[in-house]
Amino acid sequence: MQSNTKQNLWGYLFIGPFIIGFLAFTIIPIITSFYLSFTSYDLFSAPQWIGFDNFKEMFTDDPRYLHSLKITIIYVFAGVPLRLLFALVVAMLLNTASRAVGLYRTLYYLPSLIGGSVAVAIMWRNIFGDEGVVNLALMSMGIDPVRWFGDPTAALWMLIFLSIWQFGSSMLIFLAGLKSIPQSYYEAASVDGANYFQKFFKITVPMLSPVILFNAIMQTISAFMTFVPAYIISKGTGGPLDGTLLYSLYLFKQGFEFFSMGYASAMAWIMLIIIAIFTSIIFMSSRFWVHYESEGGK
Amino acid sequence: MKAKYINKFIYHIIVGGFAVLLLYPVAWLIMSSFKQSERIFLTADSLIPNPFVLSNYGQGWQGFGDYGFGTFMTNTAIFVVLVLIGHLISCTLIAFGFARLKFAGRGFWFAIMILTLMLPAEVVMIPQYIIFAKLGWLDSLKPLVIPAYFGHPFFIFLLVQFIRTIPRELDEAAIIDGCNTFGIYRRIILPLLVPALATTAIFTFYWTWDNLLGPVLYLNSPSKYTVSMALNMFLSNETVSNWGAMFAMSVVSLIPVFIIFFIFQRYVVEGISTSGLKG
Repeated sequence: MQSNTKQNLWGYLFIGPFIIGFLAFTIIPIITSFYLSFTSYDLFSAPQWIGFDNFKEMFTDDPRYLHSLKITIIYVFAGVPLRLLFALVVAMLLNTASRAVGLYRTLYYLPSLIGGSVAVAIMWRNIFGDEGVVNLALMSMGIDPVRWFGDPTAALWMLIFLSIWQFGSSMLIFLAGLKSIPQSYYEAASVDGANYFQKFFKITVPMLSPVILFNAIMQTISAFMTFVPAYIISKGTGGPLDGTLLYSLYLFKQGFEFFSMGYASAMAWIMLIIIAIFTSIIFMSSRFWVHYESEGGK
Repeated sequence: MKAKYINKFIYHIIVGGFAVLLLYPVAWLIMSSFKQSERIFLTADSLIPNPFVLSNYGQGWQGFGDYGFGTFMTNTAIFVVLVLIGHLISCTLIAFGFARLKFAGRGFWFAIMILTLMLPAEVVMIPQYIIFAKLGWLDSLKPLVIPAYFGHPFFIFLLVQFIRTIPRELDEAAIIDGCNTFGIYRRIILPLLVPALATTAIFTFYWTWDNLLGPVLYLNSPSKYTVSMALNMFLSNETVSNWGAMFAMSVVSLIPVFIIFFIFQRYVVEGISTSGLKG
C-alpha cells in the first residue's frame, strides 16, 4: 500500500506538464487578456488604462464591429442548422445494410477531411468565381449568374455553402448514434402500423437527441471561431464590402494589422461571453427535447 | 423480388449521384492542375484537360523567390513531427495520471482541463503572442511547437476515456510483479493504447498540417514558411502568378492528407464517430 504523499507525488508528476502548460499558456494569457481589454495597447509602448472605452467603442462607435458580429451570427444560424440537417439526412441514407455504405461513408467524408486547408479555400474561391463552375451551372439552368465576389451577401453565402459542404464529421457522429438505436424499436413500431414519419419523429429523433445536442454545441462553437476560409477567400480583407468579415477575422485584423491589442482582447472577451450565452441556451433548451434513455424518458 | 432491385437501384443512383456532386469541386481542382493556366477558366465547365499538361507542377514546385516548394514541404514536415512527438509524450503521461492515479485535487484539475477545452483560442491568442514576442521566440517554430509538449486537452480527454476501458486488474497484476507506477504506464498502458494513439497522431497530423493562423502569426521569413503559408502567398500574387501552378501545389498539399486517410481510414472514422473530433 502506497502512502498518500507518494500517491500525490506520482499523480502530480504525471499531470505536471498539463498544470505547467495551463498556467503558462492559458491562465496567464487569460488574466493578461482580461487586463488588456481595458487598455489601449499597440505592442510597442506600455498599455494605457482606458476603462470600458474599448467596449463602449465596439457597441456605439464601430459600425464595422457591429457588422462583423451580425454577419457572424447569420453565418452561425444559417450554417449550423443546415449543416446538421444535411449530416442527419445523409447519415440516415447511409444507415442501411448495403455493402457500398463503407465506400459512400468515405466519399461523403472527403470534403471534411481536407476541411481547413488553404487548398480548399482556393478551390472554393475559384469555383464561385465570375466564370466559375457554379455560375456556369446557374446559367445553364437559366438563372442569372451571381457576382459572388461583388456582392457582400453572396460572398457570405459562399462561406456558408463551404461550411455545409463539410458536413462529414457531424454525419459520422450521427451515423454512430443511429447504429446504436435497437432495430427492434422500429420493428415494434411497424407492427403497430407506424409510418415512416412517425418512426422518424417518435423513435429516431428522441433516441438521437443527445447526439444532436452534442453536434449542435460543438458545431456552434467552432462556427463562431471560423477564420481560415474567410481569411483566404477574401485574401485577408474580409471583403467585398466586409461581407466576409467574420468575427475572428476582424479580431485578427484589429490585433495584428492595426495593432490594437487592447481592442482585440476586448473583442475576444465579448466573443467568449456570446459563445457562453449561446451554448447555455442550447443546453437549457435541451431539457425540453433531449431524451436520455437511462432516465426513462420524459 | 423485382421491386427490391429497383429500390436498390434508385438508392444507389441517389446516394452515388449526390457523392459525385459533392466531390465535383475536388475533382475540378485536381483536373484544373493539369490544364494550361490560361485555359483553366475558359474550360471551367469541362473536367478533362485538353491539352493535358504537367508543367504546372514543375512551375509550382519552384515556389517563389529563392525558395522552392520543397523547402515549404520540409518545413511543414518538421513542424508536424515535432508537434506529434510532443502530443504523444505529454498527452499519454497526463491522461494516465488522470485515468489511473488517485491524488488530491484530481477532480479539480480534470474539471479545469475540460473547461480549457471549451475556451475559444481567440481569448488567449493575443497575450500568447505578446508573451512569445517578449521571449524573443518570434520567427521560430518555438511558439508553435513548445506548447504541444504540455498536452492538448482534447487528446488528453480522448486518451483518458480510452484508458478507463482497460481493466484495472492488469495494473494490479503488474504491481504484484514488482512494477512501479511508471512501469505500469510504460509496460501495460502504453502498448494497449495504440489504437487511441493512432487517432491522436492522425488528427495531430491533420490539424498541424492545415494550421494557417499559427504560422501566419509567428513565422516571418520565407525560408521558414509552411505549405499553408506558401499557398496563401500564391493566392495573394494571383494577378501575376499563374493559376495552374497554384492549383498544382494545392493538389500537392493535399496528397499527404489523402495518403494518411487511406492508410488509416478505420482509425479516422472510428476516432470521429466515438469521440466527436471536429473537422
